[in-house]
Amino acid sequence: MKSFVLRGGTIVNPDGNTETDVVVRDGFVVAADQSHGDLPVIDATGCYISSGFVDLHTHLREPGKEEAETIETGSRAAARGGYTAVVAMPNTDPAQDAVHVVDFVRSRGERVGLCEVLPSGCITIGRMGQQLVPFAALAKAGVHLFTDDGNGVQDPLIMRRALEYAGELGVVLAQHCEVARLTEGAVMHEGACCSSLGLPGWPALAEELMLHRDIELVRLTGAPMHFLHLSTARSVEMVRQAKLEGLPITAEVTPHHLSLVDELLTSFDTVFKVNPPLRTRGDIEALKGGVLDGTIDAVATDHAPHSDHAKEQPLDAAPPGMLGLETALGVLNTSMTLSPRRIAEVLSWNPARIANVADRQGRPVVVGEPANLAVWDTTSALVVSRDHLVSKSRNTPYDGMTLRGRVRHTVFRGELVVKDGEALK
Amino acid sequence: MAVDRRAEVLSATDVGRALTRVAHEIVERNSGVAGLVLVGMQRGGVWIAEELARCISRFEGQVEVPVGSIDVSMYRDDIALRPVVPAAVTDIPVDITGNTVVLVDDVLYTGRTVRAALDALLDHGRPRAVQLAVLVDRGHRELPIRPDFVGKNIPTHLSDEVDASMTGVFVVSTSIEKAAGKRAAS
Amino acid sequence: MKHLLSIEELTTTQLTSLLDLTDHMVEISGRPVPKVPALRGRTVASVFFEESTRTRLSFETAAKRLSAETMTFNVGTSSVNKGESLRDTIETLAAMGVDAFVVRHKSSGVPRMITEWTDASVINAGDGWHQHPTQALLDCHTITRSFGCGNDLSGRTVAIVGDVKHSRVARSNIRAFTMLGAEVVLVAPRTLLPPEFIDWPVRTADALDDVVGDIDVLYLLRMQRERMDAALVPSLGEYSARFGLTSQRARQLKHDALVLHPGPMNRGVEILVDPADLPGSRILEQVRTGVSARMSVLYTVLSGGSVPPTGGAE
Repeated sequence: MKSFVLRGGTIVNPDGNTETDVVVRDGFVVAADQSHGDLPVIDATGCYISSGFVDLHTHLREPGKEEAETIETGSRAAARGGYTAVVAMPNTDPAQDAVHVVDFVRSRGERVGLCEVLPSGCITIGRMGQQLVPFAALAKAGVHLFTDDGNGVQDPLIMRRALEYAGELGVVLAQHCEVARLTEGAVMHEGACCSSLGLPGWPALAEELMLHRDIELVRLTGAPMHFLHLSTARSVEMVRQAKLEGLPITAEVTPHHLSLVDELLTSFDTVFKVNPPLRTRGDIEALKGGVLDGTIDAVATDHAPHSDHAKEQPLDAAPPGMLGLETALGVLNTSMTLSPRRIAEVLSWNPARIANVADRQGRPVVVGEPANLAVWDTTSALVVSRDHLVSKSRNTPYDGMTLRGRVRHTVFRGELVVKDGEALK
Repeated sequence: MAVDRRAEVLSATDVGRALTRVAHEIVERNSGVAGLVLVGMQRGGVWIAEELARCISRFEGQVEVPVGSIDVSMYRDDIALRPVVPAAVTDIPVDITGNTVVLVDDVLYTGRTVRAALDALLDHGRPRAVQLAVLVDRGHRELPIRPDFVGKNIPTHLSDEVDASMTGVFVVSTSIEKAAGKRAAS
Repeated sequence: MKHLLSIEELTTTQLTSLLDLTDHMVEISGRPVPKVPALRGRTVASVFFEESTRTRLSFETAAKRLSAETMTFNVGTSSVNKGESLRDTIETLAAMGVDAFVVRHKSSGVPRMITEWTDASVINAGDGWHQHPTQALLDCHTITRSFGCGNDLSGRTVAIVGDVKHSRVARSNIRAFTMLGAEVVLVAPRTLLPPEFIDWPVRTADALDDVVGDIDVLYLLRMQRERMDAALVPSLGEYSARFGLTSQRARQLKHDALVLHPGPMNRGVEILVDPADLPGSRILEQVRTGVSARMSVLYTVLSGGSVPPTGGAE
């Protein structure tokens, strides 16, 4: 559907909320005129209408792990979650460390046409932490966010060089903070729970140590940096402090780190194994504080599909990660009380800026803007069922849980791709 | 549900008399106490075996008849049909091989416990003979087993419960609904 | 009781019932023909993803004494090494007709995962650093019967010495000993204690010398040589000097103190005397009791009878 009217909703914009029809035609939000009375009406009663969500952290698994997710199924999951753009993480096989790989991911995303797929690039070749990728060539191919996500860049010298070299290209490096030597074999958060379950622990320190190092490298080099999926109370405090000092850093948290506690691992269910691990209640509260006061810029899903086969392994062998795209808004809104404006900020406006797509994503919903829209509410209840996901994988930790707030419609480039919660293509 | 009715069929004195008679019969049948071992079946048969031994030593002079106890749980045919939990540990103080074992129980009913006891006993040796003494035979046998010595034959309904102790023997009549599940258990 | 996955899941009554049932199994094990027909027609499959001949044999002996069929799944030569998933392995075996799986795995939680994939009972024969409940049972039985104190360990102190952090035996025993009323003191360097255990019902001591004269049971854990490579202790020599049972420390033990070890022993590391010279050594008794304790567990999970709070068939 290319031309229609969204009626009955409340538009959420940086300058305030307004209640009015949104007319979409030929890819843009257009002014209401006489003719729009003939257009099909899409009901948005009781919903907020904002720019479409932008996920800074999506694992689409293609190329390489198509049994878990493809760019098509991942895009559909994104659309269903209200996303109109996702940053595709580079830990594919082959990794996104060369122009032809990122070109493939981008063009595949375009062909699917359910949301904008923005390939990220690796920081080092093969994410091995040793040799820098061709930053300039990749930047020219449109890559803005570079990360070895899944691995932290261990070598401080490599990280320093990457910041120095990439900084002047106008791109941004994103770090997965984890000192690998401190997390060898780790399965879950290091604390009381891992002690009694006899599971190897992933200490908060492993994240905080690298975060501290990289904040200092940002101070040294002046290059901007984004911190992925922060999970500990001290991490939030360190980012808060660094921002007060004016350092050019941004940070994200995931919906699951805002909602799930490490004690869930007492079930030994591998669906709760994720990296970084689920933390304590204290950490969760601190992360929420960060989201509320702006220390945390974005809520990003770290959508990490894995096949049942992969997850039906012992905890030490099962891969970390959980689905996130289709439940992000509901989980965020159920976990904490946020204004619609703050929800739009952390799910759309800020991530659009960080991903450098603010020219077309995360725009105000006003006449003349590209129609990338999410229509959502914060009140309706939705029971998550792993069997009713459009992702190719089923590893949601929220199976059977009731979430408050859902995405009703998604409009991508002027086309209604999700209507009443169901993907249209 | 109907109220349980509890009727005394043997008084404490009756129980004492019956056991004295059974003790005499045992000695008479075996022409003395040489090679005799009394083995009480856990739980209800143990006190009776001890009582019988006391009677025998009273009228046979200073002889001590060896008394053991046997737990038959591991030999039952209804394991997994219902919880079968052993009572006290089997304790047979003498080698039973070549001796005459008198198995002792309080109430003989389906015969299944006695069947289990025979198997259990044979794992402890090869007695010359095994005899069965019970305080009460309430009928309703499901296996070809008959007692050698009986304190008292008491006709019962399937749904009845028989409660036998030193203080007397009582028949407890219960409602059909309640009894249905207990049938398999005895 | 359908499964035995962890001591944590047992009530004190269930624990003591299992200990009492073990007395029966000890009696059976002591007979000339140590075998009863209790579990005729049942099949017990031992599936050891981590090899442990002694524990596997102990379980299989237990199963045979109860007349169960046994099935041994040999991981070393199986399709697991050809990439078969854990779930496929279990479902395949279950299809052959298994009533109980006895599972050991190097990863914590595997026995619990398996309960999701089969209707059979699952008995944890050791999972990762997590639990080894039958070891705790046999240890409790050995200790309580040595003391002749029923099932009551109140007023007695057990020192668990060594690598608590990586020990499923310690995790199971701490719980079991305290359930029976004992006081537990952990004796280990900080590197071999779990990262956080403030809520555990234990106290700690830095050196064996601090407690050796006051304890009723000395429980030595196996010190694995690879711990040294992980920088957990500077050297095995230093470990022995601080935490090993030397002849000098053996002399300081109370005259009726017991010495236990889950085996296999590292002579010269955690134990520097010949256990045969220790009057309080119960190390061989532990092995003997192991079979009976496992009979008790197999019988309990397969007899369909949960251990009821107040006993009594008929």
